[in-house]
Amino acid sequence: MATPAPRSDRPIVDGVRLEWRIASDVSEIETIVTEVTTACANAGYSQRVCRLNVPVALTEAIANAIMRGNGGDASRSVRVCAIVGQDMLCVEVTDEGAGFDAERARAMCDDPEWLEREDGRGVFLMYALMDKVETWCDAGHTVRLVLRRT
Amino acid sequence: MASFSTEREGDLLTVAVEGQLVVGNRADFKQLVFDQIESGARRILLDFSGTAYIDSSGLGALVSLAKRARDEGGALHITGLNEDLRTLFELTRLDTLFKLFATRGDARSAF
Repeated sequence: MATPAPRSDRPIVDGVRLEWRIASDVSEIETIVTEVTTACANAGYSQRVCRLNVPVALTEAIANAIMRGNGGDASRSVRVCAIVGQDMLCVEVTDEGAGFDAERARAMCDDPEWLEREDGRGVFLMYALMDKVETWCDAGHTVRLVLRRT
Repeated sequence: MASFSTEREGDLLTVAVEGQLVVGNRADFKQLVFDQIESGARRILLDFSGTAYIDSSGLGALVSLAKRARDEGGALHITGLNEDLRTLFELTRLDTLFKLFATRGDARSAF
């Protein structure tokens, strides 16, 4: 289960706010990722961040919410809220599931068999490509991705 | 959206991935290559020079394809990784699992 995070921890970000509520359908991911990365590019984020960090980490977070959080149940929805600020990007992805042990999933890369596994790299990549990842259960399970602009 | 273009010369299959290799298309990608292995392809060359990004599902598909190629006595080589994609392979240590080449020619001659 995810560790509850106090909402007061939410970073203060002023900027472009984008929101979606989608069905649990992986074909919905691309549009969201494209819009967030475009907003980042327009705000002056580096090409590397727009080509690697944001699209990969955001794809992982939404895919995880759809497939693991909501179990691929199309009747369950996923909410994505992104704020693209001048100094920081903050994205929250909320599903209707009960959460998962992010620390355990993150630690799987230390498993010698991890290299030959087909799955299990998504959470690791979120942590590797973002400055901060937080998870908590409230009204659903939320993953918050934070990336500071450098 | 992504698209895959294939070239087949004997047992050499070259697949170029345009766009992304992600959770939404990895099943189609895997099936395309599995079908080619089923019909005799053993040297699998994947060209990512036109690929924007790959997510963990796409990376997982590559692991699965490499295993299948090995099981059939073949091999899988990768070329065309830009700096960002190479970072992704390094982060996940997949640069140690796959044979990565700078050009198609290098990848072909190394089979």
